[in-house]
Amino acid sequence: MIPSELLYSRSHEWVKVQDQTALTGITFFAQEQLGDITFVELPQPGTDLEKGQEMGVVESVKAASEIYAPVSGQVVEVNHELENSPELINQDPYGRGWLVKIKVLGPVTGLISPEEYAGLVEGD
Amino acid sequence: MPYIPHTQDQQKEMLETIGLGSMDELFQDIPETLTPEKFDLPRGRSEMEVTTFLRQLASRNRTGLKSFLGAGFYDHYIPAAAPALVSRSEFYTAYTPYQAEASQGSLQALFEYQTAMARLMDMDYANASVYDGGTAIYEAMMMAVRHTRRKKIVISSDLSPIYQHMLQCYTKNLHLHLETVDQSNGLPDTKGLARALDQETAALIVQNPNFFGSISDYSDLFQQCAAMGAVSIISVYPVLQSVLKTPGEMKADIAVAEGQSLGLPLSFGGPYLGIMTCSRSLIRQMPGRIVGKTRDSRGREGFVLTLQAREQHIRREKATSNICSNQSLCALQALAYICLMGPAGLEQTALKSMELARYAADKLTSIPGVSLLNKAPFGNEFAIRLPVSAYDLVDSLVPRGFVPGFPLGRYYPGLENCLLMACTEKISPTDIGMLSELIRGAL
Repeated sequence: MIPSELLYSRSHEWVKVQDQTALTGITFFAQEQLGDITFVELPQPGTDLEKGQEMGVVESVKAASEIYAPVSGQVVEVNHELENSPELINQDPYGRGWLVKIKVLGPVTGLISPEEYAGLVEGD
Repeated sequence: MPYIPHTQDQQKEMLETIGLGSMDELFQDIPETLTPEKFDLPRGRSEMEVTTFLRQLASRNRTGLKSFLGAGFYDHYIPAAAPALVSRSEFYTAYTPYQAEASQGSLQALFEYQTAMARLMDMDYANASVYDGGTAIYEAMMMAVRHTRRKKIVISSDLSPIYQHMLQCYTKNLHLHLETVDQSNGLPDTKGLARALDQETAALIVQNPNFFGSISDYSDLFQQCAAMGAVSIISVYPVLQSVLKTPGEMKADIAVAEGQSLGLPLSFGGPYLGIMTCSRSLIRQMPGRIVGKTRDSRGREGFVLTLQAREQHIRREKATSNICSNQSLCALQALAYICLMGPAGLEQTALKSMELARYAADKLTSIPGVSLLNKAPFGNEFAIRLPVSAYDLVDSLVPRGFVPGFPLGRYYPGLENCLLMACTEKISPTDIGMLSELIRGAL
């Protein structure tokens, strides 16, 4: 469950860059580790993010994990559907369970390839 | 008996182990400016000497006074069964019922408490309580700050001055902007409060009945508050909730209260009970413990601490449960009180206290020179204006066995001649008659 067309961060976020906009979410592996997700706290649109900065929190029944911005830029849209249906992250982490769209200002760097991410997850 | 468990030999050994010669050397990192010049402590005394000393000190307390003191804390009758139930050893044991399988009794009791409080306030949810009414307001304010991500707080100055002071202390280093709107003659300036609300406002904080005992309907103000995207917070007197318009009916977002009046003794200021309730949309911001009802894998009903993921043992420095060392026993005593009284008993207590207050107000204002501070409706507490200093009146009546009330000048400059008086069902019409005669004679 590591789509080959995406890029990944070492903190288990996935990124899909298109027209200077990065669609982001957490990986299948991340949601599986967390278990049933009960709540998501997302940044407000307009927030400026530095790569690596905390941009929200994903809560499951017994854990709460920070989500980090995988790229630098400005939040242009968040997935409001998750407010009432956080379980979408479990059901469809790369689709309806997306988290945030970030307008990327510079070149996207420091992300890893699907192969590298697969290695990271296996190492975990 | 020494209270320091380490002997001098042990201290010496520990110091030697880390290569130091003396205690002073151990603490040399503390700048001299921060160390006390001297400790002004008397020589040690035996247990018997201390007991005798404290007994002598206690004997100087005046007991058995007829008291009309209120100001946020009220001397209601406590049915003997309430403290008796809570003193059962089962309730004295468990501290934090994290282990649901071992704590079903405590968890169920707290769940019942939450249900009772949410119903009393007409709100969606209650937590398992916090320290006291003041910390409840502070936590409510922080809920609003987190929810709105704004920094301005609008406060009506007829909110208990004790709570106002607490808010100032707690927020000193939090870069919040507290804007206080002045009351006038003991009444909230609702127009001024509405004007103070803007797009920067995180919360509006009001109290009903207010510190002066006056009753208001804040429905319109709360609507204006909601229109600005701010959170409305109301502090109430729980005993009167059975007769007044509730926070839920006024569409408040958060309702808090000092729970002492629900079956807890005054006992020199504590331990008391902070009641917190909120609307559904704010539940994620609610601090402390929240007990939920659920089913286990075999479908049997059970109780758990819910919203665990934001607790200290999981989120550490970001936890919103840092207030979680709550007053469980006090909460349970309040629950016992509410269950013993029932809705009808609670209503009777409220009505009786209010009737007596009305009677007292009529009696006192028939004395020449005494008038009500304002003409607004009041509950069991009201403020009067006197032709003399309220402090002097209190001083002259205490030796005669009466505490006529709370001098408002302590917190509100300009109201030095004003006295705040409360009645509960423990006061009799005869007490009121005697007090009014004493006041008549004193003026």
